[in-house]
Amino acid sequence: MIRALHRWPGLLAAALLIILTLSGAALSIFPAAERLAAPQAETGLSVATLATRIQTTYPGVEQIRRSPSGQITAYWFADGTPGAAVIDPVTGEGVGPADPNPVERWLTNLHRSLFLGDGGRIAMALSAAAMLILAVSGSALVAHRAGGWRRWFAPLRGPLSGRLHVEIARVAVVGLALSSMTALWMSASTFELLPIATSAPAFPSAVSGDTGVAITSIDLLGQTPVAELRDLNFPYSGDATDVFTLKTDHGTGYLDQGTGAALGWTDLTAGERVSETIYMLHTGQGAAFLGIILGLMALGVPVLGVTGTLVWLVARRSRPRIIGNQPAAKAETILLVGSEGGSTWGFAATLQQALSAAGQTVHVAPMSGFGPLRYAKAQRVLILAATYGDGDAPETAKAFLDRLKTLGTVPSAPLAVLGFGDRSYPNYCGYAQRVAAEAESRGWEVFLPFDTIDRQSPQDFARWGRLLGQVLGIDLELTHQPVQPATQTLTLVSRRDYGAQMQAPTAILRFALPRVALWQKLTGRGFARFEAGDLLGIVPIGSEIPRLYSLASDQRDGFVEIVVKRQPSGLCSAQLTQLAPGDTAKGYVRHNPGFKPGKGRVPLILIGAGTGIGPLAGFIRGNKRHKPIHLFFGMRNPKHDYLYGQDLSNWQAEGRLTRLDMAVSRTANPNYVQDALRAEGAEVARLIRDGARVMVCGGRDMAAGVADALADILKPDGMTPVALKAEGRYVEDVY
Amino acid sequence: MKSLLATLALTTALTLPGIAMARPVTLTTMLNNYGGDGAYLALYVTDASGAYAGSLWMAGSKSKYYKHLTDWDRATSGNTAEIDGITGASVGSGRTLEVTIDLSDALFDAGYTLHIDAAVEDMRDSPNEVSVPLTTDGAGTPVTGRRYVSDFTYDM
Repeated sequence: MIRALHRWPGLLAAALLIILTLSGAALSIFPAAERLAAPQAETGLSVATLATRIQTTYPGVEQIRRSPSGQITAYWFADGTPGAAVIDPVTGEGVGPADPNPVERWLTNLHRSLFLGDGGRIAMALSAAAMLILAVSGSALVAHRAGGWRRWFAPLRGPLSGRLHVEIARVAVVGLALSSMTALWMSASTFELLPIATSAPAFPSAVSGDTGVAITSIDLLGQTPVAELRDLNFPYSGDATDVFTLKTDHGTGYLDQGTGAALGWTDLTAGERVSETIYMLHTGQGAAFLGIILGLMALGVPVLGVTGTLVWLVARRSRPRIIGNQPAAKAETILLVGSEGGSTWGFAATLQQALSAAGQTVHVAPMSGFGPLRYAKAQRVLILAATYGDGDAPETAKAFLDRLKTLGTVPSAPLAVLGFGDRSYPNYCGYAQRVAAEAESRGWEVFLPFDTIDRQSPQDFARWGRLLGQVLGIDLELTHQPVQPATQTLTLVSRRDYGAQMQAPTAILRFALPRVALWQKLTGRGFARFEAGDLLGIVPIGSEIPRLYSLASDQRDGFVEIVVKRQPSGLCSAQLTQLAPGDTAKGYVRHNPGFKPGKGRVPLILIGAGTGIGPLAGFIRGNKRHKPIHLFFGMRNPKHDYLYGQDLSNWQAEGRLTRLDMAVSRTANPNYVQDALRAEGAEVARLIRDGARVMVCGGRDMAAGVADALADILKPDGMTPVALKAEGRYVEDVY
Repeated sequence: MKSLLATLALTTALTLPGIAMARPVTLTTMLNNYGGDGAYLALYVTDASGAYAGSLWMAGSKSKYYKHLTDWDRATSGNTAEIDGITGASVGSGRTLEVTIDLSDALFDAGYTLHIDAAVEDMRDSPNEVSVPLTTDGAGTPVTGRRYVSDFTYDM
């Protein structure tokens, strides 16, 4: 719901909002420029003194105005010709023309009405309303995704367009909300929808009839500082019934031109004061610095428009069409999908195609469309569910849990739940787990245990598909490739072998950097931009499903490096570990922004075992600025699988690695990396208190052991690995 | 005074043509190229003593700007009922406003004066931009304005 409230106003108003904000940002410069250029009055200067100075230079002066920037303008008649100038209050002489700036006029009219009169004003007011809706709904989305308002500035993960969108929005939203609210007030005021009382005093019914009082002898003008002046109107020459009219920040009054006596005064009404404050907050006139800030924030909107549209397009495209979907009442298999960005739909489509090809009748629907009464012929229910934020329902699963809780009887057709998530986030597959737990507590029979897919892993999905096929008694081969990436040919340059003696052959494979086309350089695609910690997808011969390996090198290193351990029956690892220099493999880069050491001098605690050293070695190699890095490295036997052994001591000598703690498991006293961590517990706790970032890479069991060890180490400080994860200070790359 | 106002109100209502003792008068206001947004113009009449007698036309539809037509605003206390049915669009720089209305014969050669107040956003307010006595002889003679009006003519 909130998402729809964000998406549609955004898409509909995008073009107008871009015009509105660009013109607004340009307009924000003028008050500041005027403030800088305007000759300012000396403090304490009275209106009487100023008016006298001006009248000496321009005897025909009719009006003196002071703008909120402090700029003084005088208007006069001389020999029947009107004149006007910006005045230097020190001398009372003109220092520049008073004509309005034509560029500013043009921009103002574009900004408020697109040069289209009232129709344009209404369109722009609606755009401002759209911007307010976007600011509110967007804030709710950001808070929801981050897991609460307190985590407003939590680090972001995901594709660049989405990150950029939130990154800019969470800073700019304050200004955008303020500007849109003040815009709506001003529009309402222009269309006379606001009951604001005005405060002009009644024109004096009797005047002295004399003329020619000396300005210096008018008390009120002598008492009024120029800083409070807005407008001083002189009486018409030759009209003895006319008066001086003085407007200040406080109100309006009349002064007799013969005696200088005050003839009436009215203060500004509360409504006028509010209106003026809002005008100032919107235009920056009188608050030039605020205006510049608001202008800068407005500049974010065009970027937000483009990135927001990209996010929408990508999500839309990644949601495939389901071909041959069966009605709910006829289907044997009910496939319910809870998808956030759309990628889970892709898996659902693959599953539906495979089941249909095996002769099953399948009905695919979003989880939010859960309707067990319609599942007349259903023999099983499959739920594929992603997670939104910290264990919340994804977009297409809203209200599913509520419906399940209030259901009279659960369906007799048994259930299987498959969660989709990312282990580097806290509460991995949290929503799917809640669904599975709720189904269990309601007594819904389960025919396949709860399972998960990490980071859209095609292997995880294929493995789950085989389990499903076994239960159904069919041969189910799920080949799902979320987006078929374009691979490039990689040529092996060198290899370093380890572990052969332990029947665990492992190799550091170094490939030449493939040629990068110009368009790839421009868009950062392919091998044009990658860092250690990103993933290298290798498509083995005889399979369509790529395997992902963590990159141990940066594109600036000039080579592509991974660490591969030969798996007992692994197709891809077998092919890779048999490559000789000069041989080739097909691969592509998949960015992994969640697993990056981050910029700046924040210390790192790197924890890895076995091939998990790969990306960590890459981080250390790239640590040219010598930030403190403490590495915990687990291995079996330093003689056989001390990967990067020589490099690590070189890097330590060069200052790229501060400290190395090894844990050796195949000795008389087996020592695992979590044990090494506990042994250094005090130092680890100190580093984390000082803001260090923890990065873990390796097998799942090791990661779990590390998490337990860290929980114990952090406990005295009142911290938890979960909290660190939520802050983005504890990231994992596990397999 | 009251009866005159009534006459004005009736005669300036263009829906009542051919009323007795009234004649169509064309008011032509040409503006300078002052280089700003559209000008607000208030056309109104004062009697021989200088007191406000009634409004003839208001160019400009947003009442929040009427306070910048200072003299008209002062004379009418900004009462928009004075210009019900005789309000049009503001007049652009260099453009001409032409209005034809039925005016009572009693207004001519009896000391009445036609005034125009002008105001332009972000520019100088110009009350009493034009001030011209209503006489049968003066009809067709252009009068120069002070700031924004290049010339004003009333034709009978």
